[in-house]
Amino acid sequence: MPLEFERPILELEEKIRALETTAREQNLDLSEEIGLLKEKLARLEREIFAGLTPWQRVQLARASGRPTTLDVAQGIFEEYVELKGDRAFADDPAVVGGVARLEGRRVVFVGHQKGKTTKENIARNFGMPHPEGYRKAMRLMELADREGLPFLAFIDTPGAYPGISAEERGQAWIIARSIQRMSRLRVPAVAVILGEGGSGGALAIGVGNRVLIMENAWYSVISPESCAAILWHDAKEAERAAAALKLTARDLLSLGVVDRIVPEPGGGAHRNPEAALAELKRALLESLEELDGLDPEALWQDRYRKFRGIGAFEEG
Amino acid sequence: MALDRLFRRRRTRGGGREVPELWVRCPRCDAQVYKRDLEQNLWVCPECGYHHRVPVETYVAVLADPDSFEPTTGKVRPTDPLGFVDTEPYPERLARYQQKTGRPDAIYGGRATIGGVPSVLLVMDYAFAGGSMGSVVGEEIARGAELAAAENRALVIVTASGGARMQEGALSLMQMAKTTMALDLVFAKRLPYLAVLTDPTTGGVTASFATLADVILAEPGALIGFAGPRVIKQTIRQDLPEGFQRSEFLKKQGLVDEVVDRRRLRETVVRFLRLLYPGEVDAA
Repeated sequence: MPLEFERPILELEEKIRALETTAREQNLDLSEEIGLLKEKLARLEREIFAGLTPWQRVQLARASGRPTTLDVAQGIFEEYVELKGDRAFADDPAVVGGVARLEGRRVVFVGHQKGKTTKENIARNFGMPHPEGYRKAMRLMELADREGLPFLAFIDTPGAYPGISAEERGQAWIIARSIQRMSRLRVPAVAVILGEGGSGGALAIGVGNRVLIMENAWYSVISPESCAAILWHDAKEAERAAAALKLTARDLLSLGVVDRIVPEPGGGAHRNPEAALAELKRALLESLEELDGLDPEALWQDRYRKFRGIGAFEEG
Repeated sequence: MALDRLFRRRRTRGGGREVPELWVRCPRCDAQVYKRDLEQNLWVCPECGYHHRVPVETYVAVLADPDSFEPTTGKVRPTDPLGFVDTEPYPERLARYQQKTGRPDAIYGGRATIGGVPSVLLVMDYAFAGGSMGSVVGEEIARGAELAAAENRALVIVTASGGARMQEGALSLMQMAKTTMALDLVFAKRLPYLAVLTDPTTGGVTASFATLADVILAEPGALIGFAGPRVIKQTIRQDLPEGFQRSEFLKKQGLVDEVVDRRRLRETVVRFLRLLYPGEVDAA
């Protein structure tokens, strides 16, 4: 379903398609009209996207058709194998990962996985992991360390699953462990917020030497809906909360929470996933290159300095 | 004794909050308890064992050896990095809590010996914005860990927190990584870290430094978890089992070492610290 603010763009596109059909079927030369409309379309898209509110970006981050972790794996790796299970309790379909080849170089990757359809989303628990998902992530961090392979993490979750089963198996305990395990990686680690970066469930795989974010992704301490429910006692105030939380890519760059914004094609990543993934691949390769040659100690120091320095306060 | 000192101070300071109410009703068993008796009992109901929330100074008085405590927190003050306004602007909210507690943010602590073990003792303050963790709490925890590592001290943290602080957005979230990483300086020096989880400890605090301790103790009946009960109820649309997310339940799940009555907290902490601490410990 299209987003409300996308409607004028989609309507214009529809009009162009109709004209093109007419031109073809009736053998008319409408190229001038079509050319003008295409210019208008480009202008309209630029205008709409230049003025996006934080809440509209949150909607883009959730748009169906936006690349998921497995789309990224399919799109940027020459080959990959998925590894499954946490070797303790279960395989969590909300977290995927494995070993892959990126421009000839082997890497280990992990990421939250949402579904494309309602059925798949239910199977994947809407990308909300249970503790076994984070144990799977930690198992892959072990593998990256042992094999000396760079570690890539793709973040796309509304949050870790807040349910009885997750709580009784120590959801908080396992998230803390995952943060700790990732911070201790002896190999270069790059994290990317693909879509939604919901709270601790996102950060659990977010402790990278470099943290990148897609242009229309969000990352914060709480989802706008939950924030609104707590502060204004009304989830419908989510739009207000989205603005207050400063959760957009540009805000996070100026707060020092992310290092780099990966630009999305006009209309957003869901409208042109191939172009989005090409940009992402370029950014990943450049980030890995920046970290090349750093030994395990230097990588730890780099990560420590980065996260130790985040925060806003006054002395005295 | 440190405890006597504390109670004298509390009585003489006496604010309007404390003087008129001579009796306190236990919210669990309804017993009317004489306030002085309750204080002597460390705010544990003598009838049913209910643990009232207590001020941060109480934990310092309970745990630190007499005259050993030297505060190190309080030099870092919060700002308003997001320009956050909800029902009131964040700076006004902060000012209100600062006035109420006399401290810049939701944490208090410093150097102490505990049963003779050189320690850094940090206590989170639920009375300040629900003990929420923003940049200042994260910074103080990290500095506390660094101090412990630099001076070969054990690290002891008493937690009480609703989680990461919304008003500082992603900066609050990042404190989870910052505090977690700072603990590694303590671990690298083979120094012990002990956490005492009190009511409530949830969200980003539970999901970072609080549950990474070598020893996790919990006060009886404390609510401890990742998501709060209200959120869980909304998610699953059914009532939660009796005692869910309480200390005793977590002990059964293998998530905490011991559930410890506040009246036995000091002796328990001392017993663990003296065995875990690698250095020479003077008899206390």
